[in-house]
Amino acid sequence: MRFRQAIVAAMTDEMKADESVIFFGEDVAVAEGPFKTSEGLLDTYGPIRVRDTPISEMAFTGAAVGAAMMGMRPVIEIMFMEFLGVALDQLVTEGAKMHYLSQGEYSVPMVVRASCGSGLGFGSQHSQTLENWVAATPGLKVVQPSDAQSAYSLLRAAIQDNNPVMFLEPRILYAERGEVDTSLKMTIGEARVLQEGSDITVVSLGNMVNVAREAIAESGISAELIDLATLVPWDRQTVLTSVKKTGRLIVVEESPWSGGWGSEIISYATAQAFSALKCAPMRITAPDVPVPYNGTLEARYVPTSSNVAAALTLAVNKNEISQPWWITEGAN
Amino acid sequence: MSTSIERRLELKGNDVACYERMLEIREFERRTNLLFAAGEIRGTTHLCVGEEALNLGLATVLNPDDVISATYRSHGISLAFGLSSHSVMAEIMGKSTGCAGGVGGSMHMCDSSVGLLPTSAIIGGGMPIAAGAALAFQIQKKQNVAVAYFGDAATNIGAFHESMNLASIWKLPVIFVINNNVYGEYTRINLSTPIEDLHIRAESYAMPHAKVDGMDIYAVRDAMQEAIDRARSGDGPTLVEAKTYRFSGHSRADQGLYRPEGELAMWEKRDPILLTEQALTKKGQLDEATIEQMKATAAEIVDAAIIQAQNDPEPTVKDMFSNIYSSQKVG
Repeated sequence: MRFRQAIVAAMTDEMKADESVIFFGEDVAVAEGPFKTSEGLLDTYGPIRVRDTPISEMAFTGAAVGAAMMGMRPVIEIMFMEFLGVALDQLVTEGAKMHYLSQGEYSVPMVVRASCGSGLGFGSQHSQTLENWVAATPGLKVVQPSDAQSAYSLLRAAIQDNNPVMFLEPRILYAERGEVDTSLKMTIGEARVLQEGSDITVVSLGNMVNVAREAIAESGISAELIDLATLVPWDRQTVLTSVKKTGRLIVVEESPWSGGWGSEIISYATAQAFSALKCAPMRITAPDVPVPYNGTLEARYVPTSSNVAAALTLAVNKNEISQPWWITEGAN
Repeated sequence: MSTSIERRLELKGNDVACYERMLEIREFERRTNLLFAAGEIRGTTHLCVGEEALNLGLATVLNPDDVISATYRSHGISLAFGLSSHSVMAEIMGKSTGCAGGVGGSMHMCDSSVGLLPTSAIIGGGMPIAAGAALAFQIQKKQNVAVAYFGDAATNIGAFHESMNLASIWKLPVIFVINNNVYGEYTRINLSTPIEDLHIRAESYAMPHAKVDGMDIYAVRDAMQEAIDRARSGDGPTLVEAKTYRFSGHSRADQGLYRPEGELAMWEKRDPILLTEQALTKKGQLDEATIEQMKATAAEIVDAAIIQAQNDPEPTVKDMFSNIYSSQKVG
C-alpha cells in the first residue's frame, strides 16, 4: 500500500481497537485530509470522533492536550509542520510538562501528526523538516517513519503510547508504495538496522533513509544502514554497537547544517566509541539556507544519493571526509 | 489533617467557612510576600490579594470532579480549591511535600483530586486545554464542566480567540472566566485594550456572556451557576468577566508604582473580605469577636504551614528524573 494509506490503516485500526482515540485537524473529516491521510475515517467513525477544526492550531493542539488529560487519546493533524509554530506553546510548554508538574497524576497520550520536508516545490514556508524544533523537549517523543511499514507500525505505537508524540511524515513519501505487514510491531525508541555492513555505519531518518539506501547501492560499499525511526528518545545502543563494529559513521539528515540532530548522534558516538573510529565521523545535511522554490535549487538543497555515495567511498577507501558541497564548490 | 477534597467540600453551603478560607488566603499571601522580601524563598511569586471572593466563588459552584485551568497567580485558587496551606507553601519553597513535589514552584500548583490542572505560567496557555478537557467530557457524555480562569491581559492573546471560537462551534461545556484585575503585568488595561468591558468579545463567537462584581462572592456564584447550568445541559460555553482589583504588584519585583494616585485606596474600600464580612455580620452569622478569633486561627494555620514546610525535606536528584514520561502501558 501507499505510505498515506498506511497512515489511514494505522488510524483505522487504532480507532477500532480503542474508542478513546479521536482525530481532529484542518480539513481532515469531510475532505479526508489534504494529503488523503484520513480517507474513510469520518464515514467509519462518525463526526464525534473525527472532526474538522477551524484554522486554529493553538486551540486544537491545546484541546488535544486537555482531552488527553481527561482520558481521551487524541490524534491531531498539523497540515504542514511549519503550522505548529503558532501552537508550539501548547505542545512543548504545556503538553510536555503536564505529567511532570502533576507528579504523574495526569498523562497526555496524544499524537501530533505533521507533514514535513522538501522536494515538492512548496517553497520556504512549507518544506522544512523541523525535527530540531521539538527534539530538545523532555516529555515529548519524536518519531519519523521512512516507509509504509514504519508509517503503519510507528503510528500505532505512537497512538498507544501514554505520552505526547510528535509524528513527522515526510510529505514526499505519501504516494510511495511499500509492503505493510499489519502484524509487525515497532517500538518507539528502537532503531531499525535495515542493512548490515562491515565498513561504515550510516544513520538516517525519514526520507533520507531512502537516499542513504540508494547511495550505499551506488557506492558498492559494505555499509550498515540504520533508520533511527525515533529521534526522541533515540536508540543510542544500536548506533553505538554498529559504530564500534564498523569504525566509521556518517549521518544523513534533511535539516540545515547548523543545529541539526545529527550533531547529537556524532557527539555521543565520538565520545563513546572514540578508539574504535578509523576516520572522523561526518554529517551530510542541507545547507544553512531557507528551502528554495526553484526546482533545480531545491534538488541541490537536499542531500542526494550521489553526495552520500561520494562521502561513503572517500571515508571507507581513504579514511577521509569531505567538506559540504557548498564549501568545495565555493557556493557560499 | 484534612484532604484537599475534604477542605473543598467543607465550603459547600457554608459561607462562614468561605470567609475563613478568604482570611487564610489573605494571610498566606501576606506571609509569602514577607518570606520573599526577606530572601527566604527563591524565584518569583504572584500574589492574589483582592481576588479572594472570586477564588472562593469558583471553588463553591464547581464540583471537585469539574476541572479548572488556572494561572501562575496560583496560591489563592489552590487554597480555595482545597489544597492546604502547607501543600502550597511547601511547593513555593520547593520542598518534596509540595503539591508538585517541589519541582513546580510558586507558579505551578496541581491537585487532580479537586480538578486543579497544573497551573500555567504562560498567559493564555490554559484556555485551549480547558476547551479540550470539556471536549473529553462531551464525548464521554459526562456532566462535568471545565473552567478556563485567566486575567484580563489574556484576552489579547490568540489562544483566547481561538479557544472561544472552537468552544462555541463545538458547544463545549467550558466556562471562560476573566479575572479583570485592571492590570496586565505592569500595564493598565486601558493602555492595552480599546474596550472597558472585555466580556463583549464573546459576541464575536455567538457566546453568552456576563459581567459580575468579582469582589462579591454571591454575585460571582450567581453568574457562574448560570453558566455552569448552561454547560451541563449541553448548551455550550459562556464568557464571564469578573471585575476585581490586584491589590499587589504583578510579581515579586513589582511595587505597583505606576498606579494612578488614590486607585488602590478606592478599591480597598471594596475589599472582598470586608464585603463578605459585612454581609455575614448583617445576616447575624459573624460578630466582631468571632472575626478576631478567625483571623487569629488563619494566622496560626499559615504560621504552622510555614514552619512545617521549612522543616520538610528537599526533593532528591532522583525526583528530578521522575515523571518526565508516563511509562503506563496501554491495552
